[in-house]
Amino acid sequence: MEGQLAHIGAGLAAIGSGAAAIGVGNVAGNFLAGALRNPSAAPGQTATLFIGIAFAEALGIFSFLVALLLMFAV
Amino acid sequence: MATEAQGAEGGGLVFHPMDQFIVKPLFGGTDVGMFTITNATLWMFLAVLAVIALMVLGTSRRAIVPSRTQSIGELAYGFVYKMVEDVAGKDALSFFPYIMTLFMFIVFANFLGLIPMSFTTTSHFAVTVVLALLVFFTVTIVGFVKNGSKFLGLFWVASAPLALRPVLAIIEVISYFVRPVSHSIRLAGNLMAGHAVIKVFAGFAAIAVVSPISVVAITAMYGLEILVSFIQAYVFTILTCVYLKDALHPSH
Repeated sequence: MEGQLAHIGAGLAAIGSGAAAIGVGNVAGNFLAGALRNPSAAPGQTATLFIGIAFAEALGIFSFLVALLLMFAV
Repeated sequence: MATEAQGAEGGGLVFHPMDQFIVKPLFGGTDVGMFTITNATLWMFLAVLAVIALMVLGTSRRAIVPSRTQSIGELAYGFVYKMVEDVAGKDALSFFPYIMTLFMFIVFANFLGLIPMSFTTTSHFAVTVVLALLVFFTVTIVGFVKNGSKFLGLFWVASAPLALRPVLAIIEVISYFVRPVSHSIRLAGNLMAGHAVIKVFAGFAAIAVVSPISVVAITAMYGLEILVSFIQAYVFTILTCVYLKDALHPSH
């Protein structure tokens, strides 16, 4: 029973990946919206874009880690 | 119960998608000790060898019209150099060799992991945590050596209202110590997830009805993984630069 509960928990933790997807999409979409208004300033901001994506993605990766822990360590 | 569920999974797929990440000794036996030569050792060694081959062979016969190896080496050098200069500033260039080493090792470990039947060393938390902790300790020590107690100003947001500053200080301290966790898990998690997804589709390829779809899906995922391999190495390096900038210029 406990093992099955852990599997359900792992599935619930996967919701976090979806939330991270929303975050990453927000960052990339807003970057694109800004870049199309001022294309000449866009290349200088790609580093910022990737840093923003990385930070938004980190929390999704944490939820993935929780899922892995529930699947294999609990 | 857990073992039964695992068994049912194993019955559905031909192999378990996480099997590819098992560390095995290369020369017989099953025990993995501190100094056992495993497949992880082999592929890390190959990654180092590949980096050395590219950079040493590429620049040994320098020509004005560069050979392909030379131009790849020069591109990589220029790419990382510009990244350090732009993100961390001119005074961080003394750390360029370290950051270049990190970038080249991660890129090569990621790309070697994409070869079928190979072993992705950077998909293991043990490997990436060591890399991230090295960065964390380097940055902390450099911060204290260069700025002394002023480095603590990183946690004390002087531009915020006085009442808010203690709260912000707690948040800043927590986020500082979570850095090595997120730094390492991002790299390992991304690669592990990608490779596991490819293996899951590979498991479906054995079922005749869905095999054309899964072969297409594997191809698409493989293309995405090539992109992810590079971007994750880039992100790891650029975050190192960002942390380094914080250490060199701690004022907010």
